[in-house]
Amino acid sequence: MIEIKGLRKEYSKTVTIGEIDLTIPAGGITALVGPNGAGKSTMLTIVGRLLGADAGTIEIAGYDVSSTASKDLAKIVSILRQENHFVTRLTVRQLVGFGRYPHSKGRLTRKDEEAISNAIEFFDLTDLEHRYLDQLSGGQRQRAYVAMVLCQDTDYILLDEPLNNLDMKHSVQMMKHLHKVAVELGRTVVIVLHDINFAGHYADRICAMKDGKVVEFGTPEEILVDETLTRVFDTPVTCVEGPNGRLAVYY
Amino acid sequence: MSDITESISPAESIPTASIPTAPPTAATATRAERTGSGAFATARQLRRYWILVGTLTLLSVVIAVGIVTWDNPMPFGTAGFWRITQMRATNLVVIAIVVVCQAVATVSFQSATNNRIITPSIMGFEALYVAIQTAAVFFLGAVGVTALTGVPQFALMVVLMVGFSLMLYGWLLSGKYGNMQVMLLVGIVLGGGLGSVATFMQRMLTPSEFDILTAKLFGSVSNADASYLPLAIPLCIGAAGTLWWRSRRLNIIALGKDVTTNLGLDHRREIMLVLFLVSVLMATTTALVGPLTFLGFLVATLAYQFATTHDHRFVFPVAILTGFVILGGAYFVLKNIFYAEGAVSIIIEAVGGTAFLYVILRKGRL
Repeated sequence: MIEIKGLRKEYSKTVTIGEIDLTIPAGGITALVGPNGAGKSTMLTIVGRLLGADAGTIEIAGYDVSSTASKDLAKIVSILRQENHFVTRLTVRQLVGFGRYPHSKGRLTRKDEEAISNAIEFFDLTDLEHRYLDQLSGGQRQRAYVAMVLCQDTDYILLDEPLNNLDMKHSVQMMKHLHKVAVELGRTVVIVLHDINFAGHYADRICAMKDGKVVEFGTPEEILVDETLTRVFDTPVTCVEGPNGRLAVYY
Repeated sequence: MSDITESISPAESIPTASIPTAPPTAATATRAERTGSGAFATARQLRRYWILVGTLTLLSVVIAVGIVTWDNPMPFGTAGFWRITQMRATNLVVIAIVVVCQAVATVSFQSATNNRIITPSIMGFEALYVAIQTAAVFFLGAVGVTALTGVPQFALMVVLMVGFSLMLYGWLLSGKYGNMQVMLLVGIVLGGGLGSVATFMQRMLTPSEFDILTAKLFGSVSNADASYLPLAIPLCIGAAGTLWWRSRRLNIIALGKDVTTNLGLDHRREIMLVLFLVSVLMATTTALVGPLTFLGFLVATLAYQFATTHDHRFVFPVAILTGFVILGGAYFVLKNIFYAEGAVSIIIEAVGGTAFLYVILRKGRL
């Protein structure tokens, strides 16, 4: 369970995030949606302790994010930012192997190698494992980054727009993989999504944010309602029943 | 080779257990037996690495022996012969210290700043050195050079340079302005500013004073005084050894702030420590022989090209050995062919620069 209480972050007098009070239950996929600048990524990065908050407390599985040692938190929660660019030249397997650092401190054991192999297989990267990241397509690279976070073996996984730059096929694949992560491995996945229909189809819960505040939190059925989405996104949205569930139409 | 390079150089200390010995295929090996997650992706890269280290070590030994024994004018076995040998051995130690400092400092600095086209030299170290030397001659005349010679003066120079960089890093990397790019920019601007002040003072010197000063401002092995070594050797080994010991952390830091934090390291603390050790190394080498702006950059870039690994445990030895071959080779050639043992920086920039361009243009990436 992720518990956020009274979270506030002030960028300037006019741009503030919060106050946010939110409880994300353990298990399943929770999608953060909302218009640009709503504070989704900021909230996620604060929860993942990459950014400091100005006020409020965050507890992940009972551990306070600001007071728990970073090296212990690294075994509880992992986070992947939207932009990833490394000057270091790495193969897929080496990158995924870095995810084991909190457990092995850089001295990889047989158990680590097994975990690395599992993460690579999980994201269908076995044939690419010795390729360098700069020899991969955007979608493959994105999968490698997520595999690294998975390999960290944390109960909580935070992903900031993992579908960014992915085409239709790879977006669907990525979401299917993440669904598998949540269902088969029992992890809690919190993910920032831009496409409300991906959230509606794959997420177990949707958290809608606007102007730095959480405005809606509920199941996809509760959120995918004309009136709610129109209000959250400031755009006329109509929800229709599609072949595989409800769809939001806003084109 | 001297004990300096040996104590930090490759060989025995590298654990080889995690490294592939045979390339198991994904189909036959069990999940735990699949390898390539460590420093080298394939067994071929590992083999290439050791061939490279072997070749560089051999070259280093040849150069070291050459520097010490080549063309000794005194008959073998006489007191004069041993005296010359001893002086040459001292120069060899100086070269080794400079190379270890420059190589380890530059590789670490590039990892800490996530930037492969930068070198700690431009962060004001050399400008400060040049400014202090110039100021001494400017205010004290030709005796100013001698006023800056001696062990306490050497220690003072190191302390000044480390203090200067700590101020810069501490101020710019803490608080709300904790921004690496701003720090680099301010460092470069301050360096440029100090350089301009020095140039201004140089213009007002008499030609003879300027001549004396110029000799000090070329990076030169003969600038070094053997009496500095008892101070320079521990500084060099201490700082380089600590960085070597923290290689696994450096591997993580090189991935940037977010990944470092995610993997459970305190990014700012790690960065500050690395930058402190880098400033100790750079201050030691600059105070010892003067500015060698290009050497560190050249050596670090070539090491990454040669070593085909990201792991600092393996990059450091290659960088040090490459540096020794370049600096030692340049010194040997200048001393024995051009009879101008002073200005090694000239040949480093000419030959090293050409080699650098060749490698970069051939591979097409940093």
